Amino acid sequence: MNQAQKEQYLREYSILKSQGKPFFPYAVAKDSIMAMIVILVIIFLALMFGAEIAPKADPTTTTYVPRPDWYYFFLFEVLRVMKNVPKFTPMATIGVPTICMILLFLLPFYDRSPERRIERRPIALAAGITTIAAMAFLTYSGANTGSPNSVDLQPPSSLSASQAQMFRAGELVVGESGCLACHVIGDNGNNGPGPVLTHIGSKLPSQAIASTLRNPTPPMPSFRNLAAQSPQKFQQLVGFLSELQ
Amino acid sequence: MPRPKRPGEAQDVGAFPPAEAGITVVDWIDERTSLSPGIRWMLFRKVPKGINWAYTLGSATLFAFLAQAVTGVFLAMYYRPDAAGGAYESIRYITDDAFLGQFVRGMHKWGASVMIILIFLHMARVFFYGAYKYPRELTWIIGVVLLILTLVMGFTGYLLPFDQRAYWATIVGVNINGTGPFVGPFLSDFLRAGPEFGATTLSRFYAIHMLLVPGAIGALIGAHLYLVSKLGITAPPWLKAEPEPELLEHSEV
Repeated sequence: MNQAQKEQYLREYSILKSQGKPFFPYAVAKDSIMAMIVILVIIFLALMFGAEIAPKADPTTTTYVPRPDWYYFFLFEVLRVMKNVPKFTPMATIGVPTICMILLFLLPFYDRSPERRIERRPIALAAGITTIAAMAFLTYSGANTGSPNSVDLQPPSSLSASQAQMFRAGELVVGESGCLACHVIGDNGNNGPGPVLTHIGSKLPSQAIASTLRNPTPPMPSFRNLAAQSPQKFQQLVGFLSELQ
Repeated sequence: MPRPKRPGEAQDVGAFPPAEAGITVVDWIDERTSLSPGIRWMLFRKVPKGINWAYTLGSATLFAFLAQAVTGVFLAMYYRPDAAGGAYESIRYITDDAFLGQFVRGMHKWGASVMIILIFLHMARVFFYGAYKYPRELTWIIGVVLLILTLVMGFTGYLLPFDQRAYWATIVGVNINGTGPFVGPFLSDFLRAGPEFGATTLSRFYAIHMLLVPGAIGALIGAHLYLVSKLGITAPPWLKAEPEPELLEHSEV
């Protein structure tokens, strides 16, 4: 907006403002009615759905599928889709939201036209509707998706049926244990700080894998508790890793 | 017969007439603070004609924040940020045993969702009405910061019950932060309070959720409201400004 447009806006606004009503009591009355509606909705939701509590946090459990609150589902979904392309995962999980926030932050600086009516701002209208539709879609699909930590590998065809079952079970344990936060397995996970595990079975015998899981190099957490509390899961984990040839 | 009043002598009306006590207190405060012009300025400023219900979304968000603050204070009276089991136990006590505990916790939990919905609706209204344009750019920027801080509140509050859902979801969240370029690893180390997720992480999230972010939100809401009052509420964009008829008559002469 140039100086003349700014002055024209201020002139027109001061006319509209002078024809308006005082904030108190007219706007205050509407705001108060809205505030009553808000508090009634909150009370209704609290009475209807309450607040449940899940089992106590247990760092050694491996059966929990993490889910964020609903307003982070869109991020959850972006993470799930982008984990198939590990190189771009940081781009998607941090890059895209950060860029969106910066675009939102700087909006008044790149949208400088004096036009305010939405039907005469086609780019703003399209961008606004696209953003709302994308957020709604990602939130919806994020609500119906599995854990972003799950591993998605086909068992090698050389395995017998029972070995393949072990492979599947161990895959689940890996997903639940959050190994992919620091390790790459196939196309999944983050590269580092832990070593790539895609072919770990051909590098280490299963005995060595088991002892590394019990006594790892920090910062990797020890799986000693898992081995003590749930030997079967620990076996499945070791079995899965040693099949990664 | 009463003695006539002398100049400068106060009229004798008894010790303290009750009807004037309130006014006296207000006057006493106002004499020392000079607040009343500011309050008058805030309350009796005009809002332009054509204001509709979509304009109440901002104050509704503020009200949801206040509801969160009140229920949060009551929860803080029982909550203990103790990762060794105290946190979970105190939440279990609030949920199962404390008088109206589950109700207050439910209000805090659902109030968060309501506040997030209202803040997005308020932002959509401002966006589609073009209300972020001159001269209200700074109000918009402060609003975006408030949106980010509100999302931070949602993220940090989610860990506090320290149940399975909270624990594992927050680990994923902190790991996502860690994948960010440049600041990512530092940010996730800061959030975890070290390389591992543990007892100090919980107290750190607690301090951020209870002190740091609410304080920042309160201060920024003050700035946001000051700018809204100073610059005036936008008129609906479809309204045309018609000069007063008497002004037109004068100009035609």
